[in-house]
This record gives sequence, structure tokens and C-alpha cells, in this order.
Amino acid sequence: MRETFYEKLGESVYRETLPNGLMICVVPKPGYAKKYAFFATRYGGMDVRFQLNGRWLDTPAGIAHYLEHKMFDTKEGNALQELAKNGAEPNAFTSNAMTGYYFDSTDHFEENLKILLSFVSIPYFTEESVAKEQGIIGQEIRMIEDNPDWQIYTRMMQALYQRSTGRISVAGSIESIREITAQTLYDCHKAFYTPSNMILTVVGDVDPVHVVDLARRILPREGGPVIPRDYGEEPAEVAKKETAARMEVSTPQFLTGYKCAPAAEGEDYLRLAVIGDMTCDILLGDSSPLYLRLYDKGLINGSFGGAFEMMPGMAYLYAGGDSKEAKTVAAEIQKEADRLVREGIDPDFYERVRRASFGENLRGLNSFENIAVSLTEGYFHGYDPFRFPQVFDAVASEDILRFLRENITEEHAVLSLILPRT
Amino acid sequence: MEVIRTQLADGVYLTCLPARKFKTSLLSAQFVTPVGEKTAAVYALLPAVLRRGTMRYPDMGSLSAVLDRLYGAQIDYTVRKKGESHCIGFVASFIDDAFVPGGEKLLEPVSALLGELICAPATRNGRFLPEYVEGERINLVDAIRGVLNDKRDYADLRLLREMCAGEPYGVSRFGDEKSAEKITPQKLYAGYTELIASARLELFYSGSADPKRVEQAMLNAFSALPRKQVRELRLTEPHPARQAIKRVTEEMDVTQGKLGMGFACGSRDTSALLLGNTLFGGSSNSKLFLNVREKLSLCYYASSVYHRQKGLITVSSGVEFENFQKAYDEILLQLKAVQEGQMEDWELEGARSTLMNAYASMGDSQARLENFYLGQAATGQSDSPEELAVEVRETSAERIFEAMNTVTLDTVYFLKGKEAAE
Repeated sequence: MRETFYEKLGESVYRETLPNGLMICVVPKPGYAKKYAFFATRYGGMDVRFQLNGRWLDTPAGIAHYLEHKMFDTKEGNALQELAKNGAEPNAFTSNAMTGYYFDSTDHFEENLKILLSFVSIPYFTEESVAKEQGIIGQEIRMIEDNPDWQIYTRMMQALYQRSTGRISVAGSIESIREITAQTLYDCHKAFYTPSNMILTVVGDVDPVHVVDLARRILPREGGPVIPRDYGEEPAEVAKKETAARMEVSTPQFLTGYKCAPAAEGEDYLRLAVIGDMTCDILLGDSSPLYLRLYDKGLINGSFGGAFEMMPGMAYLYAGGDSKEAKTVAAEIQKEADRLVREGIDPDFYERVRRASFGENLRGLNSFENIAVSLTEGYFHGYDPFRFPQVFDAVASEDILRFLRENITEEHAVLSLILPRT
Repeated sequence: MEVIRTQLADGVYLTCLPARKFKTSLLSAQFVTPVGEKTAAVYALLPAVLRRGTMRYPDMGSLSAVLDRLYGAQIDYTVRKKGESHCIGFVASFIDDAFVPGGEKLLEPVSALLGELICAPATRNGRFLPEYVEGERINLVDAIRGVLNDKRDYADLRLLREMCAGEPYGVSRFGDEKSAEKITPQKLYAGYTELIASARLELFYSGSADPKRVEQAMLNAFSALPRKQVRELRLTEPHPARQAIKRVTEEMDVTQGKLGMGFACGSRDTSALLLGNTLFGGSSNSKLFLNVREKLSLCYYASSVYHRQKGLITVSSGVEFENFQKAYDEILLQLKAVQEGQMEDWELEGARSTLMNAYASMGDSQARLENFYLGQAATGQSDSPEELAVEVRETSAERIFEAMNTVTLDTVYFLKGKEAAE
């Protein structure tokens, strides 16, 4: 087992790769009552087309999420109940490129970890249990369809991307999930839930040796082959400049998105994440000249904000909120990006944004979930997220300007609007 | 966990929780005052206006700049309801001394800033700046209207408003749109001077600094706080159970219906009701989750909340319109099951350990600690999470059934689609 101490963060991480290919990370947290385990596979909503045993398979949209729901079924009943009996709070989520199962508990940690590792690695479903889930997930899909935040984001993604499977809604649609059968779920589990495609992260006051021993005992001895995936050939051009829908909302909402050049795997991935985040802060963060000007004019309110996101083969920056003048705000964002490229970034402003971003990243280490998810993403993309202070030191004002010049341009922009019904 | 509570001035209290395990320190200043129909909107608007600027940092730009320099310290305004008390103020979070490059101290400057936001706001001719009041008033009205955007929150709020009509508990923390629209800078300033002089002020700190140092920093920060005729806290009146069930149906353009059910609790045995509610619908292992969602696939969510201060239980669920009656019947059936003690041992022990786990892990989150201790102080209680955990551990099954047998249906709220057939 390898221990790395990160002096600037006051954290240690123990890492070990099992012979079956499973990566294990343990972050000891003395003084905390809570212990948190996160078991994740590199498989999410965008992994709909892949090669299994030499054949390309096309699976229905929403299948990774459907599988996540069904994994809690066990031969004996339901893993949720098993964990809840011990006072653990279990849950799971599916994102575009990852499915993660987790729990936190103060007592019976090892017992709970055993349950987690078992139910995620041993599928158990029948045609009946799969059919029954249609009702629950159907309701979940209806619920998110009524949610303006989801609508505006999904529509933006579909405007930004033409072919990449990242544009598909993670939950799929009422129609697509009807095609899901027990057999397709078994196939997907077999392909993606192998130790060599997974990582276990434990955060809390635990003994790393015990965690590794337990995983070695419970999980399959052998990993599976690498599964080739097809995310679609994505051109640089956006799919659509603008998209709008009417919903039962009180004020118009908008999101403006910019399609950015994706990063290579490795530390470049982390570096781009840092540059993208800082660009957001400099361009439109709470203390940026643009934010202050628009807020003072009443064009935006506290709901306004932006983010930079990445997933395999994709990177995009987006911003929005409630505004009665969405188009004006979107145009102002573009103008500010152009101004920055022209005039450069005020060095004093750059320095304080850098300080604030560092503080923000450090603050993230209070959250066990955040620690586990970033170690997992780092593993899937080949970088160490705890090296963020070093990456911060190596980023300069010119890097932000280059990012702005290359990505935040009129041709890369789309606008998604949700308007009140009249 | 060590808790140090001191009185700093007339009606000013500091709760100090020393902790070394966090990356950040948390500091909070909250005024506690009775919630009322007439004052709610004024008090909700006040911290938003105060957050716009102080005498020393008169606008958001200069405030953001100083916060950025303090390594991204955050000061957010908060508007909460605890029982029938309105709690308004600021929560600050900043990186702990151990992680500040160069050994700079952040507690003192952040405390001073917090004090200035409250005691030395930006004013012109002895009044708040009209442009700040106007801007934030519009934001408040938008926020009040915006509750509609999330139908789940909206339905939960509507249920409480119908159930507790005429009681302070039914008043929204933001107040209503009409009163918000009528607020003038003069009226707000009058509300401000009255509040800071006469309302209880609760200060809270969690972090690594010595409690004496925190006390000194707070005394300095609030030395200019005027105090006169400090009001007593108002304790929450229990909800009187209705004789006939109140039924309210509303129509809106939505694809998923929402069913809310409010129950009055006759018993005052809070730990028994807390456990009873957890069994009923308070966890992912509860009767509502396992039956209404998992077994019958009627809803994506169906859960219940116990309002300890007010003696209520509310159920919130998302259902297809045509399943309304089925879900309604099933929810009542599950309540009956809890009342009659129809359950397995693991259900009871699971509910107990869920609650014990929640209390045991409370000390792991600064935000949860702050929220908990504010709630205790605002409602005149002093039990620690450890003491509450002991109560939960010692509550017998008989006590739970006895308490749950005093739970009666009081109000039903149904949100349905416009074109839905009856």
C-alpha cells in the first residue's frame, strides 16, 4: 500500500491496486464519527454504445441509471434495507460517465462495507422486478421533466452537442426505458461492473489495511477486459444556436453555454478544470466586474452563476439564472470575454480570484462525498486531484486569456431559455 | 463534544464549539424574533439589503474584493424559521488558520466584517440606499414567486399554509408578495433599528481558535450593537387538531401530481413521535418508501417529516393524477400499520439507528451544528445531540405506538394537472 501525504492540504491518501485491477483509496479522517464508502464504476448515461465480446452493442438511453436502481435488489431482498438496519444512509447516483454507490455510517462500518461490495458486484434481477421498476423510474422521469432547471440544462446540452452521447439525458425517456430487459441489464453489468473498471474510496477514521483485506475477500478474483466505447464523433460546431420552451415558471430562466475544446487524460485534465473554473470566476463570478455591473442594473439576481464541466470528449462552460433580459445578459457575457481578451486581466483582480479559488477548493475537503468523488474522477481520468495547489501555482493569467480566446466566442455559444406560460 | 455557551451582553449569546478537524471555521450571527404575517417580508428583505454594503465597504464590489483577499471567505445571508421564530442574519465560513499561507489570521477580520454588516450598514441621510432596497425588494418578490418553480417545495409550502392558516407557523419565511411589494426604505430602516436593539442575537462559532479569542473577537465586532428592551423568545404553540378534515385541490399545468397530507399529533412525547415518523416515512427504509414507492410503484417519492416544535407530521409525495386516491389510501394504511405496531423488529431498530447515526455524525458538519444549535436556542431548548441520542435509544416500542395513536389526519392538499380527468 502506498501512502501519500499532502502537506498543503493536511491530508493523507493510501492507495492500493488489487490483482483483479480494483483501485482502492483510503483517506483517514481522525476525529470524525462518520465513515463514508464510495464504490464506483466508470459507466454512466453516455455509455450507450460499446463493444462486448467483439460485437458492438447499442443499448437504450437511461440503461446505466436503470441498472443503478436494480442493483439494490438482492437474492435475500433489498440492500437498502440491509444497510438501513445498521443505521447507514445508503444511496447511489448515475452521472454521464460514472455510477456511484455509497453509504455513510457511524457504527458497523465493516459490515456495511461488505454489504456494499456484495450487492454492487452480484446482480440479481428477474423480468418481473425489471418491469416493476418502469413505474418508479417513469415517475422519476416525469418529475424531472417538470423541473425547469433540468429542462433548461438538457436543452442546452442538446444545443451544444450534435452527436456526442453526453447529450442524452442520464435517466433516458419513458419510451427508451421500455426497451430495457433483464438480459440487457446483465450484459451491461458484466461489461462494466468488473473490478478493473471500478474504484473503492473510503473516507473516515478507518484502518486502510482492513479495507483492502475486505475488498480482496469479497470481490471477484479477476477483472474483465477493457470495453471499447463509442461516444460519437463530435464536430466542433454547435448543434443549434438557440432553444426555448414554455413552462409553469414565475420568471424567465436562461443558460448560455460555450462548447470548449476537451482535454487529454492525465494532469492536463485537472489543469483544464482549474483553468475553466478560474475563467468562470474571472468572467462572471460574484466579484467579477461583469457580475457587479449586471447585478446593480437589476439584470441578474443571486440566482446567477456559472460552471465549467468536463466529461469524456467534452468540455463546456455555462452560466445563467433568472432574468427578464436573458438575451442582453448573454450578450454582455460575450462582450466581457472579448474585453478581457483585448485588455487583459487586472493583476490585482487575478491574484484575489486565485486566492479565493484556492480557499474554495480547500473548503471542498470538508465534504467526504466530495473527496471520494474527486478521487474517483481523478482515477478515471488519470490525475491526482489532491495536487490542485501545485496546479494552481502553475496556472497564469495568460492561460486564462488563451482559454477565453479559443473557447468563449460567439460561434461556440448557445442559448437555452425557459419562459413562463402566457 | 465540548460546548461553551456565554452571555456577551443583554440578549446576546455565544455558542462556541472548538474543533480542529475542519478545513474551515464557521461563524454565524442570527437575530431571533417571533415570525409574523406583518413582519415576515421586512425581516426577509433586511439581511439581503445589509449584505449589499457597509460603511467601510459600501458596495458589493468592495465587499467581494475583501472576501476574496481573505482566501475566499464567504458571508451569506440567511432567512430561516425555527418553530414560530424567524431567524435572520449571516453565516460566514473561512479557511482555518492552519491552512492560510503565511500564517495570516482570518477570524478577527471576518468577525469585524460580520459586525459591520449588522451594526454599520451603508446608509445615505440616515437611511438605507434606495437603490439597494429597490433591487433586493424585486429579488425578494421574485423569490416568493419562484417557489412555484419547484413543484415539490411549492406543494409542501401550500400544505403548511393551509394547515396552519391563522397560526404563525403557516407564515412563509419570505413573507407574502403583497407585503414585500409595499416595503419602503423608511419602513425597512425602522424595522432594522427595532430588530437590532430588541431581538435576541445568537452567535455561533465552530473551528480551531481558542474560545477566549473568539469571545474577544465577537465583543469587538458587536461593541456598537445598540440594546434596549430585549424581547423574550416566543415559544411555539402546538397546532390544534381540526375536527373535520380540510381538503384543498389546486390545478396547474404539470405532468406529475403532488399529494400533501398534514397530520396533527396529540402527544408531546417528542422522541417517540420522532421514531414513529422515521418508521412511517422518515427514511429510505420507512413504510412509505417501501410500500408506496417500492412495492406499489405509485410515486417516485413519498416521505414524511416530523415538525417537532409544532407537533405535526406532513407527508409529501409525487403521484400520477389517476393514482391520487390509491396513494392517499395507502398512506393512511401505512400510518395505521405504525399505529398498530405491525412491523418487523428490524424496522424499529433500523429507524432507531438511523436517528442515532444522524445525531452521532452531527459533529462532523459545521453547517448542521450551526443549524441545530440555532434551532435549540431559538426554541428555548438546551439538549445536546448526545442527549437526544440517549432519549431515542431509550424510547420503548410501546411509547412509540401510544404516541403515534394520537396522530390524526388534519389537512389534505392535492396539486393536479389542468387537463386531468377526474
